Amino acid sequence: MNLDRRNFIKASTTAVAGTMIIPAVLQSCGNTQISANVKSYMDHFEVSAEAMQKVISEAMSKGGNYSDLFFEHKISNSLGLEDGKVNKAYSNVDYGVGIRVLKGDQTGYAYSETIDVESMLNAARMAANIANSPQQFKSDAIIEKLPADYYRISRDWEDVSVKEKVPFVQKVNDKVFELDEKVIKVNAFLNDESSYMLFYNSEGRLTYDYRPLVNFGVVCIMQRGDQIENSYSARSYRKGFEWLSDDLVDMLAKEAVDKTNILFDATKPRAGEMPIVLGAGGSGILLHEAIGHTFEADFNRKGESIFSDKMGKNVAESFINIIDDGTLENNRGAINIDDEGNDVQKTYLVKDGVLNSYIHDRISANHYGVEPTGNGRRESFRYIPLPRMRSTYMEAGPHTREEIIESVDYGVFVDNFSNGQVKIGAGDFTFFVKSGYLIEKGKLTQPIKDINIIGNGPQALADISMAANDYLGDNGTWMCGKGGQSVPVTMGLPTVLVKKLTVGGTSA
Amino acid sequence: MTKEEKYALAKWAINHALENGAQEAKVSIYDSQNSSVEVRDEKIDKLEQSTQSGLSISLFVDKKYSAHSTNRLNNKDELRRFIEEAIAGTKFLAEDEYRTLPDPGLYYKGEGKDLETFDADFLSLDPQEKIDAAFSVEKEVLGKDERIISVTASYYDGMSGSVMVTSNGFEGDTAHTYYGLSVSVSVKGGDARPSASWGESAIFHDKLKKEGIGEIALKRALEKIGQTKIESGKMPMIIENRLAGQALGPLVSALSGRAIQQKNSFLIDKLGEKIGSDKLVLMDDPFIISGRGSRLFDGEGLALEKRVIFEKGVLKSYFIDTYYGKKLKMDPTSGSTTNLVLKPGERTMEEMVATLDRGILITGFNGGNTNGTTGDFSYGIDGFLIENGKIVQPVSEMNITGNMKQLWNNLIETGSDVYEKSSWLMPSLMFKDIDFSGK
Repeated sequence: MNLDRRNFIKASTTAVAGTMIIPAVLQSCGNTQISANVKSYMDHFEVSAEAMQKVISEAMSKGGNYSDLFFEHKISNSLGLEDGKVNKAYSNVDYGVGIRVLKGDQTGYAYSETIDVESMLNAARMAANIANSPQQFKSDAIIEKLPADYYRISRDWEDVSVKEKVPFVQKVNDKVFELDEKVIKVNAFLNDESSYMLFYNSEGRLTYDYRPLVNFGVVCIMQRGDQIENSYSARSYRKGFEWLSDDLVDMLAKEAVDKTNILFDATKPRAGEMPIVLGAGGSGILLHEAIGHTFEADFNRKGESIFSDKMGKNVAESFINIIDDGTLENNRGAINIDDEGNDVQKTYLVKDGVLNSYIHDRISANHYGVEPTGNGRRESFRYIPLPRMRSTYMEAGPHTREEIIESVDYGVFVDNFSNGQVKIGAGDFTFFVKSGYLIEKGKLTQPIKDINIIGNGPQALADISMAANDYLGDNGTWMCGKGGQSVPVTMGLPTVLVKKLTVGGTSA
Repeated sequence: MTKEEKYALAKWAINHALENGAQEAKVSIYDSQNSSVEVRDEKIDKLEQSTQSGLSISLFVDKKYSAHSTNRLNNKDELRRFIEEAIAGTKFLAEDEYRTLPDPGLYYKGEGKDLETFDADFLSLDPQEKIDAAFSVEKEVLGKDERIISVTASYYDGMSGSVMVTSNGFEGDTAHTYYGLSVSVSVKGGDARPSASWGESAIFHDKLKKEGIGEIALKRALEKIGQTKIESGKMPMIIENRLAGQALGPLVSALSGRAIQQKNSFLIDKLGEKIGSDKLVLMDDPFIISGRGSRLFDGEGLALEKRVIFEKGVLKSYFIDTYYGKKLKMDPTSGSTTNLVLKPGERTMEEMVATLDRGILITGFNGGNTNGTTGDFSYGIDGFLIENGKIVQPVSEMNITGNMKQLWNNLIETGSDVYEKSSWLMPSLMFKDIDFSGK
C-alpha cells in the first residue's frame, strides 16, 4: 500500500481560495446570464467571464481552431495506521489552470498555478504556439452546460475533521486483530479527496463539477510458523463521510483476513496454456487490459492498436456486451462531465459480440467524425486530456457459475488481482493473480497464488466461450495509468470462461 | 524563485510552525520548469510547457506526526492558515515516540564536492532547436521501411531546484537539469502491430546523443515481427541491461527499513547471510559525477556515503531511515538508494548469448509482480529464443515465475555493458534454470 501524497487535513474552501472579490450576484456578459451555480465556481477560482474570454482569445491568436481552460482545485487528505495506532497524516492542496489549444489533431498545452489574468495570458501564449497563422478571435456567447448529478453526498470531506475520521481507521485495525490470532501487523489507510473543476472553451461552453472521492483499506499481515503472508481489502467511491460505518469496517476486516488465510496453503499451478475461469467482480481487469486500452481511440487513430481496423466486426461471442460507463451512481469511475466539458455516456464498446465504439476524447471523436463519448479525462490541470476508461464491465451472460466451473477438466479459477498491463500494438496483456484455485475435473481444489497470466487481447476476447448470470461490480481502489497520468476507474464481470491463456507456474 | 527566496520562505514556514505549537519541523520549497515536444507525420503533435512550485512541511507536534504540501505559495495569510490548520489536525493523531527529526550529528554539513547535476545553459536554449531535434529523430525512421505504421518522436527537458531546512539545524539545496530524446515506432506484421521505443537522456545539453535513436527503435520494432510463444520449460535467461533493474527492484524493496519492520520483506534478519550467487556485488554510490541518482544528502538531510549492499552475494546493508531505524533499534543508513551499481563482468551481452545452447534473451517485460513477504514472482516477458548461441526467433506472451532468492542464487554472469542512463547502473544479467511458461 502506498500512502504517499495522500492526506488528512481539512483546508477549508475560504482559506484556500481567498477572499471573494466578485459579488455573488448574477453577472451579465454580453447577452448571456450566468447562473448562481456557475458563478460560485467562478468566484471560487476568482475569475470573471471577461478574463476567461480574454485568455481564450490569446490562446486562439495564432490560428488554433479550438481552445479550452480547465481550472482545478483539489484538496486531499490521508490518515495512516501502523503498529496499532493512527500515527500519520498527510494533506495536499493542488490548484491551477490548464490551457489547451488545438489545431486539428495537434495540441499545445501549458498551465499556471496562479489564476490571475497575466499568468493565464502567459500560459495561453505558450499553448498558442502549436499554430502559426495569426488570427483575431472573438468569443462566442457563453453557453452554460449543466453537469449530471451522479454523486450526491451528504457530508463533504472538506468539512470533516481528523478527529471524526480517526476512530474508523483504528476500528478496522482492532477488528482485524480480533478476527485471527495469526495477525502480526496491520496497516490501514483512509484517503479522501475533494476537487473543484471549472471548464470554459472557445465554443462558449461553461461548466463545472465537484468530485468527492474516498479510499478506505486495510492490509493484514499474518504469520503461521515461519511463513508470513499478507493481503488486503479496500473500497473506493465518490461518497461522503456518511459512507463510513461499523458494518463497512467489519466487512473490510473480514475480507482482509480471509484473503490472507487462503495464501498459507496456496501453491503454484503448472506452467502453460490452460482454461481460465474468471470469478465475478475484480476479474473485470481482463476487460480493462485485454480490451479497454486497445479500444482507446488515440491508439487507433494512429493505427497503433491491434483493434485499429476492427470497427463493426465480430470480435466476440454474440452473448457478449462490454460497456464503459461514466454514469454509475457514486462509482469511483463516474464523472458528471468529462474533463473536456462533454456529457458522459454509458458506451457500448462491444454490442452482441460486435465492436461498436472506441473510447473517445475530443480529438479522436473529431478524427472519426463521431460524437464524443465523454472519456476525455486527465489526472489534473497539469495534463492534456486523453481517451480514458471510467467503469468498464461486461453484462451478465446466459450461463451459470456452476456449469462454467464444471466444464473445465484442468485449469485455474482466479478472482483476486493486484495489477495488470497491456502492450497496445502486440495486444499482449497480463494480470497478476494474488490468489485463486486450481480446477480439477470440474471442481475447485488447491489454492494458488502469485502468478501472472498473459494472453493476447483479440484472441482472449474471441475465446470467452461462456459468461454467467452473476454480474458483480468491483469497487476496489483501481488506478489506471497511461502516458504518465493516473485516473480512478472501476471494473466488473460476471463469471466467465476463457478457453485458454498462459499461466505462470512451475515446469515439471 | 531564487535559492535565497526559497530559503527565506522555508525558514519563515519553520518559524511559523514552531510559534504555533510544533516542537520540530522540516520544510522543503521546490520549483521546476519542464517542456516537451512530440512530433508525428512531420508535424508537431503536442507542445507542452510548464512551471510549478510547492512547499512541503513535516510537523512534529506533541510527539505526533504529519506532513503536508501545497502549491499555493503566493499568499502568506493563506500559508499561515494552512500551517495552523495542519498543526491543529495533527493533535488528533496518536502519539508516536519514534517520530523525530534525525540526530543533527548525522546531517550533511556542506563540504561535499560538486556532483555536476545542473546545466547552467538550460535557460539559454533556443526553443526551435528542441523542435528540430525531435524532427530529426523522426526523420531517421520515416520512409525507411514499408511496414512502418506510426512514428512518434519526442524531445523533453527540465530543470528543478529545491531547498530543505529543518528546525534542528539542517540547510541544504539541490539543482538538477535533464534533457531527453525518445522515439516510438509501430510496425505492421500480420495482425499484430509490434512497437518499440528507444531514447537517450543527459544532464548536460551538449552531452545528449542526438543521432541513431530512430534507427535503433525501428530495428527493434522490426525484429519483433513474427513474435510467438514457445513451449513451457526451464531455461537460462539473459536480461538486457536496460531492463535488469526489473529483477533487482524487488530485492531492493525488501531491504527498506519499513519493509523489514512491517514484516513485508523476504530478507528480514538476513544481514551477513548469503542471499545470492558470488556474482551479486552491489554498491550504493552517491558521488558519481553526473550520476542520475547522485546527491550529497538524502531526503532527511543525512550525509551519504558509498556503501556495500551485497558482497559476493552476502547481504551487508539495509536502507534504514531515522524512523524505522528507531523502531528496529538500528542505526540509520539513509532510507533511499542513490546510484546502485551492480558489478559488471567481462563479456558483452552478445558474447553471453553465444554461450547458450538454448535460452531466452529478455528485451521487454509485461506486467507481473513480486510478493514482498515471500519473494515469489511472476512476470510477463518478450524477447528472443536463443539456440546454439544464436538468436533464432522473437518470442512473446510468456511468463517467468519463481522466487527472488532462488533467482539471485541462479545469477551466473554479469555483462560488461553497463546501462548508464539510469540511477541503477546495471549490466546485462544471465541466470540459469528459469521457469518459462508458454504453450
